[in-house]
Amino acid sequence: MDTFQQFFHMGGYAAYVWSSYAIALVAFIWSIVSPLREKNKLAKRIQGIIENENP
Amino acid sequence: MIMRFIYKLGSPPYFYHLSSRLLPWLSGICLLLFAIGLYGGLVLAPADYQQGDSFRIIYIHVPAAWLSLFVYMVMAASGVMALIWRIKIAEIVLINSAHIGAVFTFLALVTGSIWGKPMWGTWWVWDARLTSELLLLFLYLGIIALHSAIDDKRKAARAVAILAIVGVVNIPIIHYSVEWWSTLHQGPTVTKFDKPSIDTRMLVPLLVMAVAYKFLYAIVVLLRARNDLLWRERRSQWVASLFTDTKSK
Repeated sequence: MDTFQQFFHMGGYAAYVWSSYAIALVAFIWSIVSPLREKNKLAKRIQGIIENENP
Repeated sequence: MIMRFIYKLGSPPYFYHLSSRLLPWLSGICLLLFAIGLYGGLVLAPADYQQGDSFRIIYIHVPAAWLSLFVYMVMAASGVMALIWRIKIAEIVLINSAHIGAVFTFLALVTGSIWGKPMWGTWWVWDARLTSELLLLFLYLGIIALHSAIDDKRKAARAVAILAIVGVVNIPIIHYSVEWWSTLHQGPTVTKFDKPSIDTRMLVPLLVMAVAYKFLYAIVVLLRARNDLLWRERRSQWVASLFTDTKSK
């Protein structure tokens, strides 16, 4: 087996190891993206408030 | 000097602008630490003589577990500061740490379960370690739910502060569970008053990942706290100036 294949094979434990890393990756990306998207929504709402009070 | 810094942090625009300057650095360092930790753990560390390559789940599982405890202790300490000294930034750190703390706890439980299946032959067992960590997840979710259930946000902050402080008794229980009770989960390898009983080539990436996770926590709590502050202070001059002269910073 060449080294890349060996790496992905993880000694037979590929499913366990890579699913763990994948779940972690999804969790971390969500944790960062979620507040960033919330920030965009907030920005729009606050812009709206500022424009309403300064016509 | 530390008290003066904490006092300055109490000013929302100071906190916001300081975090704006810090975030790029924190993000760069965080990515670098993850890269080093993952390379060390997935490539450099040798396979375990009993567990083979499955042990590499440790680099996700253990830092997540450590952070699940660390974040809760930060929340409990913030709770004390919020209740006794009514420090608003403590209230903000508390509630905005809960989500990422719950994520770390969930990750520890799920990756532990995935690791347990090939190693222990079971996805779950009600031993003291797993049960107390599951309880920690319920505490985190309870804090989030309690806060959103109370409309008056000052009252909500007091309620979650109390819940965070009361729940902190679970932290030493989780940590010492593997010593106080007979558990399927193994005993302490690193966090004990002795030399770590793990190969250095396996240990170093683990410590690097733990620091990487800490930076991730800092980044997430800052991102959430900033949103919280922007909304609380939406009618203030400093927020208005953020959205008028420069287009959304």
